Parts: sequence; C-alpha cells; structure tokens
Amino acid sequence: MSEDQLVIAGREFGSRLIMGTGGSGNLSVLERALVASGTEMTTVAMRRMDADGGTGVLELLRRLNIQLLPNTAGCRSAAEAVLTARLAREALGTDWVKLEVVADEDTLLPDPHELLDAAETLVAEGFSVLPYTNDDPVLARRLQDAGCVAVMPLGSPIGTGLGIRNPHNIELIVARASVPVILDAGIGTASDAALAMELGCDAVLLATAVTRAHQPERMAAAMRAAVEGGRLARRAGRIPRRFWAHASSPAREC
Amino acid sequence: MRIRLNGKENTLAPGSTVADALALLGAPESGVAVAVDGDVVPRSQWHTALRDGAVVEVLTAVQGG
Repeated sequence: MSEDQLVIAGREFGSRLIMGTGGSGNLSVLERALVASGTEMTTVAMRRMDADGGTGVLELLRRLNIQLLPNTAGCRSAAEAVLTARLAREALGTDWVKLEVVADEDTLLPDPHELLDAAETLVAEGFSVLPYTNDDPVLARRLQDAGCVAVMPLGSPIGTGLGIRNPHNIELIVARASVPVILDAGIGTASDAALAMELGCDAVLLATAVTRAHQPERMAAAMRAAVEGGRLARRAGRIPRRFWAHASSPAREC
Repeated sequence: MRIRLNGKENTLAPGSTVADALALLGAPESGVAVAVDGDVVPRSQWHTALRDGAVVEVLTAVQGG
C-alpha cells in the first residue's frame, strides 16, 4: 500500500515489519525467513573479529539489498554503546543505530539513565538513533525530545515471547509520539504483532519469534500478514467494546 | 613490540601499523572497524604506527538483534 509508507528519518519503507537476524543457526534458513518477512531493514550486532573470519551475514544482506541497522547489543554503559555505534558506522558505512544499553543479563532491560545519556551523545554526533527502550511513556518522551528518529519500546523482555505485557503504556507512548513507535522485543506469535499495530505502533521489530520458530519461513510470513492486518485494523477503526450484546440482525417481530 | 589484539597478547615487529594488526586476524577489506586505546581509527589512518602496549579492538558485524 504505497499511500501508507513508514517514514523514519526521511527514509521510506514499504514494510512495517523489521526482522532482525539474531537467533538463526543457519544462513540459508535465515535468508528464506528474511525474504518471507518482506523486511527492508534488519539488525546486526558488532562483535570482535575472530581469526577464523566472519559469519557471512553481511554478504547475505548485501545480496538481498536489505538496509543494515547495527545494534549496540551487549553494552552496559553509555560509553561502551557510543564506542560500538562509532565502530559500526566506520565498519558498515551507516549512521543508523539501534541503541541498546541494558542493565543486567537476566532481564536485558534497558538502563534508562545510560540509554538517554548515550542517545544524547550519538544524536549530537549526527547518528540516526533508534533506541530500544522500556515501555515507559516518560522515558520514550525524553528520548524523542533528545532527537531520536524513532522510539522502540519493548513488549516484554528480549527473547521471552511474552507478548505485550502493558498495552496501555504502549498506547500512551503512541499517543504522545512525534516520531515512529516501533514495538521491539517480546513478540511470541502473530497475534502479538497484530496487537502492536492495533495499539497504534508504526512498525514491529522482531527476530527470535521467527528465527527460533519450528518453521521460520512460515512464521515470517505469518508475522508479515499480522503486521499488515493489524495496521489495516488500526486505520479502519475498531468498534467500541460493549458489556452487553448488541444484535447485528434487525429485531424480529414474533 | 607487544599489543593486546581482541583481548589476546600479540607480538609485532617495531613500527607495525594498524593494518599489520588487521592482517594478523586475516580481517577482510570491508565490514570491519578498529579502535585503538578506546578511539576509533578511521580506515584512512590504518597506516598509523601502533604504540607498544596498544589495546586494539577489531569488530565486525554478526547476526544479532
């Protein structure tokens, strides 16, 4: 639907599903899933180069012509995340970054203070910053005000597949957003992705839910359909919820 | 001279450059970035000589996120 493009930092995307590359054990399975998802942008992580060479993922993504969104996964402080973003820009030639600064390994929840600090530094250095954030409307607002080009609240912690634990917070973030809201993390199955869109999110970012599904390619297609369906439903406008039944057929005179 | 390259001690000839350190890892021409002592070294500066004891980090993109 060309009249309903997602625009992030002036760049247009036809797909509102952003599928990451994490969690796939096999590049050809990943390739089929990425294609089935219809994603036009995908995440990669930055790690130390080993003597035995790279993983081949960059070659694959170039071949598929999918835009790279490097992340700062694994960073625990603003300083670490800023250095990782700078290295990603140098290595990959993009100033887009998915900013992740997590507080601990058990929850992988964002550290709000370090996250905001890193976002301010990177925005000042000309990066297009897409922060992975808590489902906290206040923090989302602060990140937006700091100049981030999108905000990416979690549905639930990374890799849990617990879906959207606080839909009202996501709606609050959407209600006050002047940049795209991308639901990032926690998606378990297609209905979670549809709900994110119905709540008003502009896009969904997921990886594990597809890459660790029993059939990744099929789940990627399911997520694509769910995001499109949820978006259409949001734009169509749902009926109000009622407590009592409301007949959909005319009253019958018996 | 000795450097710490991606967390491991390595010995290089005196006067060795960032590019020499990259060669030790067999790093490809593209898709990698280097930090020396916590600062990014742009590709255009890879001919720069390393100091003895330099901490060199070489990163590349892998699946993730």
